[in-house]
Amino acid sequence: MSTLKKTSLTDWHTAHGAKTVDFAGWEMPVQYEGIIAEHVHTRTQASLFDICHMGEFLVSGRGAMAALNRLLTQNLETLPPGKCRYGFMLNESGGVLDDLIAYCLGADSYMLVVNGACEESDYSWIAGHLPAGVKLENVSAATAKIDLQGPSACDALETLLGGSWRQLKYFAFQAATFDGAPLTVSRTGYTGELGYELYLPWGKALTLWEKALAVASVKPAGFGARDTLRLELGYPLYGQDLDPKHTPVEAGYGFLLGEKDFLGKAGLARVDEKLVALSIEGRRSARHEDKVATMSGKVVGHVTSGSFAPSLGHSVALAYVTAESAEQGAFVVKAARADLPARRVSLPFYDKGTARQKLA
Amino acid sequence: MIPKDLLYAKTHEWARQEDGEAMVGITHFAQEQLGDLTYVELPEVGQELTAGAEMGSVESVKAASELYSPVTGTVTAVNEELVNNPGLINEDPYGEGWIARVKLSAEPAGLLDAGQYERLIASEVH
Repeated sequence: MSTLKKTSLTDWHTAHGAKTVDFAGWEMPVQYEGIIAEHVHTRTQASLFDICHMGEFLVSGRGAMAALNRLLTQNLETLPPGKCRYGFMLNESGGVLDDLIAYCLGADSYMLVVNGACEESDYSWIAGHLPAGVKLENVSAATAKIDLQGPSACDALETLLGGSWRQLKYFAFQAATFDGAPLTVSRTGYTGELGYELYLPWGKALTLWEKALAVASVKPAGFGARDTLRLELGYPLYGQDLDPKHTPVEAGYGFLLGEKDFLGKAGLARVDEKLVALSIEGRRSARHEDKVATMSGKVVGHVTSGSFAPSLGHSVALAYVTAESAEQGAFVVKAARADLPARRVSLPFYDKGTARQKLA
Repeated sequence: MIPKDLLYAKTHEWARQEDGEAMVGITHFAQEQLGDLTYVELPEVGQELTAGAEMGSVESVKAASELYSPVTGTVTAVNEELVNNPGLINEDPYGEGWIARVKLSAEPAGLLDAGQYERLIASEVH
């Protein structure tokens, strides 16, 4: 474990009984008191997640918007300052290099938030596609990211920062100050609940973390709960549900892609496989890489993410299956010890999330 | 968390002997390593178990693991409560979280006492 990178919170996690794991080269907490308790706490109150491993880039300068607009699937022409948008960066054949959120900071000024595991490759890719005069800056090492997620998150945020945050809408963000340092509050998240992603200087993370945990409704949650929470919504995890071999159309995100052109668009016509959402009867879990067969026994794909879903009381999975079998209503997951009957459903698996809740 | 009156298998199951029968389950250490349990595959009543052979499996959010019988005999009862509430094993691994009751057809052999099991755990942790 000695070679793993640490966030400014890693020592706090281990000192508070967290089990940690290697996540994209970082030592990150899997759980503190238990995955299910942390999952339930996030669905009912508010949880704090250390997400400092994720990457942040600043892209600015004359032509930044036009250049990024060619590189990302997000339409930046319609993204005003103070708003952010989810989308993808694709290779020439349309495969997903990363899924990322683009924040419009101002005219020709953006922050891109990328997966930790993709930070270096994304940086090289973007650098190689920007014209002279557009500046790309990797601020990941200086930027901490802490997520505050759960139905009580807005109340907790107001206690933490003061002021009113109810007017901040879903996929909008606003600058604030914390302990004399700049803080960006983004109303986004990966749990399906009302919540915020907080960006601040690396050196202020521990102070914010401890102050947030002093709010009665807030507890820390690890990557175990983060994974079950996101899977109940059907949110994809890069490296499992998204990868360079599949396009966003195959992953089910064709609806996000508008009319505008972007690098890799020509590759989207090829649809070999489709990501399907499977509701599994019973508590037994489908696991990453389990084979998926049709009712007649023909193997047509594999599970990319699978888990018992604590809020639903049964298991769910995402799986890539051949395009021609993707419309079938029922499949069988060939799990290690049993065949699991699975029904194809539409996402989200869990539909009571508070993420989009109107507060003002 | 290692009761003195039980016998332990190296694969982290326990057995409590009483009148020619044994209750079996998994240890506190095992449940802690697995994390929150989400599914238990129980043996069946009437099933013949052999010490060291598989008797079922458990799954947690992050892991799955086979269960090995610590004793040889016939299953006379299983803990049906675990079907809908596998978390009983996390909460009370030596009590409410028992897995099966077995009528012994052979004296338990090759199992560890509490002191030996404690040393085994210490060696696995460090």
